[in-house]
Amino acid sequence: MTVDELQKETPQPAKLGLVGWLRWFWRTLTSMKTALVLLFLFALASIPGSLVPQRSVEPDKVALIYQNDPALAEWYDRFYLFDVFTAPWFAAIYLLLFVSLIGCVLPRTSTYLKELRRKPPTAPKNLSRLPYHARAEGELDVEEAARRLRRLRFRVATGPGWVSAEKGYLRETGNLLFHVALLGLLVAVGMGSLFGYRGNVLVVEGDGFANTVAAYDRYMPGSRVSAESLEPFSFTLKDFQASYQLGGDKRGQELDYTAKLSVNDSPESPARDYDLKVNEPLEIDGTQTYLIGHGYAPVFRVTDGKGQIAFDGPVPCLIESKPTLTSGCVVKVPDAQPEQLGFLLQFLPTSVRLTDGSHVSAFPGQLNPQAKIVGAFSGDLGVRSGKPQSVYQLAPDDVMKKLKPLAMGSKAPPPLAVGQSFDLPDKLGKIEFTGVKEWMTLQIAHDPGRMPALLASALATVALVMSLMIRRRRVFVRIKDGAVDVGGLTRTEGSGTGFGEEFADIVKALSAGEKDVR
Amino acid sequence: MSAEQLAGLSDDLVLGAVLLYLAAMIGFALELAFGRARTNTGATALTVTEPGVKESVAAGSSMAAGSSVAARSSGESGEGAEAGATVAVSPPEPPSWAPKAGTVGLVFGWVGLAANLGSVVTRGLAVGRWPWGNMYEFVVAICLAAVAAFLITQLRSNVRFLGAFVMVTAALGLGFAVIWLHVQAGPVVPALNSYWIAIHVSAAVIASGLFTVGGVSGILYLVRGEGFSRLPTRTDLERVAHRAIVLAFPVWTFAVIAGALWADKAWGRYWGWDPKEIWAFITWIVYAGYLHARATAGWKGRAATIVQLVAFACLLFNLVGVNIFLGGLHSYADVGG
Ligand code: HEM
Repeated sequence: MTVDELQKETPQPAKLGLVGWLRWFWRTLTSMKTALVLLFLFALASIPGSLVPQRSVEPDKVALIYQNDPALAEWYDRFYLFDVFTAPWFAAIYLLLFVSLIGCVLPRTSTYLKELRRKPPTAPKNLSRLPYHARAEGELDVEEAARRLRRLRFRVATGPGWVSAEKGYLRETGNLLFHVALLGLLVAVGMGSLFGYRGNVLVVEGDGFANTVAAYDRYMPGSRVSAESLEPFSFTLKDFQASYQLGGDKRGQELDYTAKLSVNDSPESPARDYDLKVNEPLEIDGTQTYLIGHGYAPVFRVTDGKGQIAFDGPVPCLIESKPTLTSGCVVKVPDAQPEQLGFLLQFLPTSVRLTDGSHVSAFPGQLNPQAKIVGAFSGDLGVRSGKPQSVYQLAPDDVMKKLKPLAMGSKAPPPLAVGQSFDLPDKLGKIEFTGVKEWMTLQIAHDPGRMPALLASALATVALVMSLMIRRRRVFVRIKDGAVDVGGLTRTEGSGTGFGEEFADIVKALSAGEKDVR
Repeated sequence: MSAEQLAGLSDDLVLGAVLLYLAAMIGFALELAFGRARTNTGATALTVTEPGVKESVAAGSSMAAGSSVAARSSGESGEGAEAGATVAVSPPEPPSWAPKAGTVGLVFGWVGLAANLGSVVTRGLAVGRWPWGNMYEFVVAICLAAVAAFLITQLRSNVRFLGAFVMVTAALGLGFAVIWLHVQAGPVVPALNSYWIAIHVSAAVIASGLFTVGGVSGILYLVRGEGFSRLPTRTDLERVAHRAIVLAFPVWTFAVIAGALWADKAWGRYWGWDPKEIWAFITWIVYAGYLHARATAGWKGRAATIVQLVAFACLLFNLVGVNIFLGGLHSYADVGG
C-alpha cells in the first residue's frame, strides 16, 4: 500500500501457469489501485439503494411498483434493485474489497513489526539538505543529545559524532488497527444478520403480546435463528397516551407519546410496569422492543338481521392523513346472518363540519371522535375462500363487485359519535360506534452483533484519529568541532504542518543548558 | 423576552449575519484583487532551494507576520518539505491599503460570526431545545461552523486568501436557508427529543463546516490555473483543503457512528440503509478514498481535488437532495417552504 508498491506495477501475465495467474490475480487484487477502485465501486453500488425503494425498508412502496408497473418491477428484481444491500453483486464488491484489505494489512503488519525492532538509520552527512535544519547553541556531546531526545520520547540510535532519532510509530499502529476494526465491523454486521431477528407487531390497548413467531405480523429471522430461541417475554398495553401541539404554526404536531405496558420478563416472573417511549426501547435479555408508530382503533358492535351480536371489538385503522390522523377502517362481519356484512369507515379524531356539510378531522387528538360510514355492504365477503386477505381491505376487487351496497354516497348517514348507531336498510342489522382505543406498532429486534459493531466502530474511530493526527518524524544531530547541527524531516505526506514549531522546540531543548530541559 | 420575540430576533440576526459576511467578503476580495499576484509553486519559475522552514524556526512561529506574499508560497507554515519555494519576477508593488482591506474583512467576519452565533442561540432559547432540529436550523449552524473553522484557523496561520470565498459561501448558504428552508420556530417530533441530537447533529454540523472549507478550496484550486493569478496559490489551496478534510473526517466518522447509536435507540436498528444513511456512507467512502489517494497512491493536485469535490457533492446531496427528493426516516428534517 505504499507508493513504491503502486509503481511496482503488476506485470502482464504472459503465458503464466495457473499458479502464475493466481499470483497475478492476488497481486492485482491487493494493490492500492484496485482497493481504491473497489472502494469507489462500493459507494457507487449503494446509490441505487437510495433511489429504488428497498424491500427491507419500504415493502409497501415496492408493492406499489409491482402494482403500477409490473414489467419494470420484474426488471428491477432481476438485478436485485429492491434488495441492493443483500444482492450478490453488492456482496461481491465488499467481499473483494475486504479480501483486498486483508491482502494489504497482512504484509504491512509484518513490515511494521520488523520496523519496530529496527533502529533509526544513520544520520545523513549533510543535515542542511534536510527540509528542517538549524544549529543548536551551546555545548553538547552525543550522549547528552541522545539523552535529551530520549526524554522527548524519541527512539534513538547513536554513532560517532551523530544521533538519529525517530518518533510517531503509533501512526502506523493506528492505520493497521483502523483497517482491522473495519474487518471487525463487517463480521459484527454479518453476525447480526445470521443470528438476529426482527419483527413488527401492532397491539391495541387492552391487548397483549407474547414473543413467539406466530404473534408477529411480520417476522424476519436471520438464517440461523430458530423459533425456540426467542426470549419468552410478554406484555400488555394498558394505556396509550399521546400529546399534540395545541396552537400556533405547528398545531397538531406530535409532542410526545407513551405506551404504558405491563411486562412479564419471562412466564415465571412477576409483572412490572414500563413506560415505552420513542428513543427509550424496552430491553429484555438483549431483545429490544421499540415503539415506532401509533393510531386509532375505534370499537364497533354489529348486530345482525337476526338480532345477534355478530361483531364486537376494536378495529385498527390505517392512517390516511398524518397531521389530522384521519384514518380508514374496515369492519368485516362474516358471522352475520342472514347475510355477511362489511363496512368501510373513516375515523375522524376531531370531527368538524364544513360549510358544505361534509365532515373532516381538524386535529389528531380525540376532541370530538366520530366514525363516518363510507360504505356498508352485504354479500359473501370471500373470507372463507382460503385466500389470504388483508385486514385493511374489505375484499379484493372482484369480490367487491359482487357485494350489494346498502348505504353509500348520499344514502350514507351523518358521522356517528360514540354511543350512536346506524340501522341498516332491509332489516339487515345495525352498527354501533361504542368507543375509541389506540394502537401502537412495535419493532422487536434481537441483534447479537450490536455490541461488537459498537466496539469495532469505536476502535475504528480512535485508530483513525491516531493514523491521521500522529506524524512520523525523524531528527538527526551531528556534532563536529563543537558545532551542533540539527536536521529534521517528516515521513508522512502533508503532515509537515506544525512540525516547524515542534522542530524549533527540539532545537531549543538541544540548545538549552542542563537544567532548562524538561 | 418571549419565545416569539426571541425567534424574531434570531431571524433578524441571520439577516445581519448575511450582510456582515458580504461586507467581509468585499474586504477580502479587495485585498485579493489589489494585493500581490501569486505564482503557483508548481510552476517553473526560479526555484530557490532555500527551505522556507529556516525562517519559521528563526521567527519562532510559523507565521512570520511581515513576510510578503511571495515568501508565503514558500510554505511558511513548515510545509517546506512539500515544494521548493519560488521567487517570481517581482510584480508591481500593490497599494498599501490593500492589506488593510483584508483586515477590515476579518473584523466584519468576526462580527458576522457573532451575529450568526447569536441567531443560533436565540433560536435555541426560543424553542427550548437544541437548535438544529430541521433543515433551516441545520444549514444556519453549518454556515456558523464553516466561518468559525476559517476564522479560528486564521488565528494560527494565515489563510486570509480564502476569506472572500468562505464568506460568500456562508452568505449564500444563509440566504438559501432563509429563502427556501425557513420554518417558524417550534417543537420537533418526539423522535428528535433526545440528547442524541446534541451529539449526532453537532458532530455533523462541525464536520460539514470543515468539509465546506475544504470544498471551497478545492473549487478555487480547479478555477485557478497555473502561474500568476490574483487567486491564492494552488499549493496553499491544496494544503488548506487537505488539512480541513483530515480534521473533518474523524468528526464525520463520529457523527455517523453517533447517528447509528441514536438509530439503535429510536428506530430499532443501528443501520438500516435509509437514504440518509446510504449517502452518509457514500460521503464517508469517497472522503476515505481521497485520503487514501493522497496518502498511499500518491495522487496529488487535480486528481485528488476532483475526488474531494465529488465527496463534497455527495455531502451536499445528502443535505439537500435526500431531504427533499428521497425522504426516508430522516425526512422529519422538516423542509420549510
Ligand atoms: C445510522 C444512523 C444515522 C446516520 C448515518 C445519520 C446521518 C446523518 C447525517 C450524515 C446528517 C448530516 C446532515 C446532512 O448531510 O443532511 C444527519 C443529520 C441529522 N440527523 Fe442523522 N443519521 C442517523 C440517525 C439519526 C437519527 C436516529 C436521528 C433522529 C431520530 C437523526 C436525526 C438527524 C437530524 C435531526 C439531523 C439534522 C439535519 C437535518 O435536519 O437534515 N439521525 N444525520
